[in-house]
Amino acid sequence: MFARYPALAFAIATLAAMDGAAAQTANQPPDTMAARVEACTPCHGNKGEGTNDVYFPRLAGKPAGYLYNQLLAFRSGRRKYPPMNYLLEFLPDPYLEAMAAYFASEHPPLPQPAPSEVSKEVLAQGELLATSGDADRSIPACVSCHGPGLTGMQPGIPGLLGLRAAYVSAQLGAWRYGNRTAKAPDCMQLVAGHLTEADVTAVAAWLATRPAPANPAPVPKGTYALPFGCGSQPN
Amino acid sequence: MGSKLSITLLALAALTTAAQAQDKNSDVVARGEYLARAGDCTACHTAAEGHLFAGGRAMPTPFGTLYTSNITPDPATGIGKWSADDFYKTMHSGRFPDGGLIYPAMPFASYTKVTRADSDAIFAYLRSIPPVIQKNKPHELRFPYDNRQLILGWRTLYFREGEFKPDPAKSAEWNRGAYLVEGLGHCSMCHSPINALGGTSQSDAFKGGLIPMQNWYAPSLTSNREAGLGDWSIKDITDLLQTGVSMRGVVYGPMAEVVHNSLQYLDDADTRAMAVYLKGISEPSPPPPPSSTLPTTESSLLISLGKSVYDKSCASCHGTQGEGKPPHWPPLANNQSIEMQSAVNPIRMVLNGGYPPGTKGNPMPYGMPPFAGLLSDNEVAAVVSYIRTAWGNRGTPVSAREANELRSAPLH
Repeated sequence: MFARYPALAFAIATLAAMDGAAAQTANQPPDTMAARVEACTPCHGNKGEGTNDVYFPRLAGKPAGYLYNQLLAFRSGRRKYPPMNYLLEFLPDPYLEAMAAYFASEHPPLPQPAPSEVSKEVLAQGELLATSGDADRSIPACVSCHGPGLTGMQPGIPGLLGLRAAYVSAQLGAWRYGNRTAKAPDCMQLVAGHLTEADVTAVAAWLATRPAPANPAPVPKGTYALPFGCGSQPN
Repeated sequence: MGSKLSITLLALAALTTAAQAQDKNSDVVARGEYLARAGDCTACHTAAEGHLFAGGRAMPTPFGTLYTSNITPDPATGIGKWSADDFYKTMHSGRFPDGGLIYPAMPFASYTKVTRADSDAIFAYLRSIPPVIQKNKPHELRFPYDNRQLILGWRTLYFREGEFKPDPAKSAEWNRGAYLVEGLGHCSMCHSPINALGGTSQSDAFKGGLIPMQNWYAPSLTSNREAGLGDWSIKDITDLLQTGVSMRGVVYGPMAEVVHNSLQYLDDADTRAMAVYLKGISEPSPPPPPSSTLPTTESSLLISLGKSVYDKSCASCHGTQGEGKPPHWPPLANNQSIEMQSAVNPIRMVLNGGYPPGTKGNPMPYGMPPFAGLLSDNEVAAVVSYIRTAWGNRGTPVSAREANELRSAPLH
């Protein structure tokens, strides 16, 4: 009979196969990146938007190259944070790339900036350092690498918006003390080395007050030239 | 003309022999690479971001820190001046070419079972990799362990030199599995209880134990109450060894390292042989000793709190009946690693989560979230007590103190 109705035979066979596949899928976790990165969500939020814990950063919308570099650095221990070092230790490069691409492609809204706990004078000092730097002390402005809108640049320079002051301050400290390192030339280690505690507090506080820009996406590669070499963003 | 032809023929013959020798040599090198994988040499002899087999990896031990050695063919800093005899001596007897004693962190108590031919193949492979100039870092052992003569005592107690002897009563497959598990695989290094002298007695082999310094429990491979595989199918065992996940459970922690660096590269026949052997060494387990130290009222309160934690935070993946969605979301019901006497591994998994290794067979594994920041010590103890006793599981409840202690366990 099927010989006379090949299309029907095909349809039945396909339906049967689909039925089998559906039964299989029902007993399996969703075949999605979202399900695969659930291990990340208690600290970084379901879509990488961050959580209430001020020390855990937002991941969503950062350049994929930046996120991938961080995953590689955590896996090798170059960037030290044992809970992350442990989770990533036995994951292959292509998977880490896929994780980075997943969080880079998520765009939950940036949070409302929280009211700052520091004085106006400190905020003003932070703004000055972030937007103009301090040439006498070899401190470049944040905006000279992270972009005029502080949204970062593809593929390796992260935006600085949507991060809490505690996180930014902790990272600058980690660079100063060598817990966080990146590929040479490790530009942020050099910059952080020139900052005082007061500078760190001021810059971190001012960055956290910045409202979300109309377009929070990182600008394309090569939009502007970097003032000095950076291992994370080869020219 | 005649003589010219014969010279040409001779030259051709010589070329062919050379080519055959070359082929044979590259076969040996390839075989050696495979065997080096089976021995998981890279796990210790390659540092993070370091050159392959250049050593320098710190190995913390209860006696101080050892640094692994450079086994690349650099003549000055590696093993470039060694002969195949020298290499066999380290593998078989645990002695350097000059007769010096090797610390038993190098698993020569297992490698002694490796055949001369396999040792030679591994050596040929190590000769073929790029030499790296990197001086060995001196060990940092505390007094009195910095005295190498102490190794003599250890050797007398725990080292039995000798190649693997097949058991003629068993199949060739069983014997191949035994050779790999007991020899290159050096499984007993973790899966046997380690005493205060850092040794394992032969009678305790594969009986399970807490891995010093890492605080993971390496379950018994002989007791079906732990990781004994007596009631596992061969397919589930080979899946676990080759891909890191199976319908019965998933590897994390130090075993994830072994699957990632070593077992995933073994061929189907060797993996199956190991599975046959491992299934064969499991013994019927004695009834568990009543070991809960918690008063009944406390444990029943814990378990009822545990159920509410479980339903809120765990059931969405592991199922209301602990059935999971295997292989990726492992079942907790009838899962030996949840029920076994040591609760270290389930507590650690709740606190720190984890990813199985990414392997050829499972390149994008699903991960378990860490709950250390979300659950109190009491809640961790409660949920672990619940999964150890629900759905017919026969584990014992654990205390908040045990959960708290593992918060500071080393992670990396």
